[in-house]
Amino acid sequence: MADYTLETEEGRREALRRMLTIREFDSTAGDYFADGEIPGFVHLYIGEEAVGVGACAALEPDDYIASTHRGHGHCIAKGLDPKLMMAELFGKQDGYCNGKGGSMHIADVDSGMLGANGIVGAGPPLATGAALSIDYDDREQVAVGFLGDGAVAQGQVHEAINLAATWDLPAVFVVENNRYGEGTPVEEQHNVDDLSDTAGAYDIPGVTVDGMDVTAVAEAVEEARKRARDGDGPTIVEAETYRYRGHYEGDEQPYRDEDEIEKWKEQDPIDRFSELLVDRGELTEEELKELRDEIEAEIEEAVEYAQDAPLPDPSEAYEDMFAEMPPEIERFASQARADGGSLGGDRR
Amino acid sequence: MTAQAEIERAEETEAMTVREAIRMGLREELERDEDVYLMGEDVGKFGGVLEVTSGLWEEFGDERVRDTPISEAGFIGAATGAAATGTRPVAELMFSDFMGVSMEQIMNQMAKMRYMFGGKTEMPVTVRTTEGGGMGAASQHSGTVHAWIAHFPGLKAVAPGTAAAAKGLTKAAVRSDDPVFVFENKMIYEQQGEVPTDEEFTVPLGEAAVEREGEDVTVVATQRLVGESLQTADSLADDVSVEVIDVRSLYPLDTETIADSVRKTGRLVVADESPLSYGVHAEIVSRVQEEAFFSLDAPIQRIGTPDTHMPFSPPLEQEVLPDGDDVREAIELIT
Repeated sequence: MADYTLETEEGRREALRRMLTIREFDSTAGDYFADGEIPGFVHLYIGEEAVGVGACAALEPDDYIASTHRGHGHCIAKGLDPKLMMAELFGKQDGYCNGKGGSMHIADVDSGMLGANGIVGAGPPLATGAALSIDYDDREQVAVGFLGDGAVAQGQVHEAINLAATWDLPAVFVVENNRYGEGTPVEEQHNVDDLSDTAGAYDIPGVTVDGMDVTAVAEAVEEARKRARDGDGPTIVEAETYRYRGHYEGDEQPYRDEDEIEKWKEQDPIDRFSELLVDRGELTEEELKELRDEIEAEIEEAVEYAQDAPLPDPSEAYEDMFAEMPPEIERFASQARADGGSLGGDRR
Repeated sequence: MTAQAEIERAEETEAMTVREAIRMGLREELERDEDVYLMGEDVGKFGGVLEVTSGLWEEFGDERVRDTPISEAGFIGAATGAAATGTRPVAELMFSDFMGVSMEQIMNQMAKMRYMFGGKTEMPVTVRTTEGGGMGAASQHSGTVHAWIAHFPGLKAVAPGTAAAAKGLTKAAVRSDDPVFVFENKMIYEQQGEVPTDEEFTVPLGEAAVEREGEDVTVVATQRLVGESLQTADSLADDVSVEVIDVRSLYPLDTETIADSVRKTGRLVVADESPLSYGVHAEIVSRVQEEAFFSLDAPIQRIGTPDTHMPFSPPLEQEVLPDGDDVREAIELIT
């Protein structure tokens, strides 16, 4: 049984909760990035919540996903803990990757999350590989590779889908078409009208759905999952969506105007879904407000947790390169461990 | 330990070629562990373009010996994803020159996932590939690129020079929970040697082997140049006592065995088919000067490919391909 499914009232409420959590998490991450508390750079998922949540609503808890550089939404949709996510963004020892990954490499393989990914188009080969393990071991899972519209132009994406299709592996490829590959419009990067048209090259189904409608995404991925589990191979699901923020935080966005952004906001996936639930009598405006408040508090708590968590000891930089540390690294690690004592407990 | 001692310790050995030794190692690992499977271009029915996997498809079937599309990024990436999710793929890159096609998945995914994820994934993937000039295969099928992999953090690299090392390193690679690249020089597939038949025989990653003991000069060699250096050492035996070490494991590198030898002989020749600049030779030389600088009696000599690609026409190829004669000249220069 899935973590949540759009087929039940409880599941729909959970889907809304996760969409709201993504938005609150990313708005907050954007703020702390702007304040300089989050190092590096962050790519926010705001506006695209229906895609990650819709897709994950169609999955079982032990299914795999391989994510993109815009991965926070996939993490929350898959059920990762915002506290450990925020700690990772803050570069803390208690983050999902002990501070080694950051925003672009959040992963939790035990939860089936095979990593956000800093390389555009690198996730689909990993998803194909996870599907290969599933197939090889006759397990009941599927592997979903998320990719952006820009990644559809990458060679390794073609190779991954071709391999999965040729071997009928239990994979699903979800293309998040948010209209821009970094700063270049989708029309200037691809020759097909719909990115799902590429499915024809592999003789697999390709569908394009409204990516601002969580139900539409969930239905398409559910169908794709069923096909994958039936041994019929992968499907390409293109979800047409929109990112409200820049490619990365700080992107001045000379490539689009405010009118366009406002027009897409009229289709806001959270407004649409919450209005649907209110119309159906499953949710009152009061309950929606309570839910928002609850999530705001939860993310505030996540930030506090991240701020209070210890920074990694510098000697941690030498850990996790290999199953067993080679002498080449050990000589630096032992030196750092020896030096580490002088830092005392003040590592926050 | 000397290689001879390693062989003598084995209860039973059998003479076989490097190709047969690798195949024996793969067969034993396929039998031992059901999570292990082979994948690559023509590794199945075809038996591998250089026949290393010949017969394994007949024995183990489609699921465990899988022919892939000609799609190096796709299947190396899939092997990476599979290794992170509970199985142990052994991928074959037909020629190491094709590695560029799959380099993104190697350098940014396979090598980095364990580290970036704070150690929360295993990466038990093996990549076997062929290297080296000498068969007129020209520039895109004759390269020696193992320095790239040995250089790149997060990857382990081995390059056997004998049949016994070929079997033992192949098995150690498959059993490792880290990504290990096995670089097989295609010109020594027919080279014979005694190989332990014990199914538990492995060569630990990070251990070099003294293949021939000597007193006057150390030759640290890899792959084909191990055998050629041994022949050269024999031919010089009346004049100079040459110690020959098979590096076997490029990363981790057994600095101790090499430095110990140089402390004894005071002279060093490094012989590896890689291009000379910025590579394996430089690394070995650096470590020796760090560990045994005051034992050196002569400048260290490097034998490698002189920074050209491997040309097609035989006289051109022979001009740039390092061999036993080059090793002899280097020894004579410093002894």
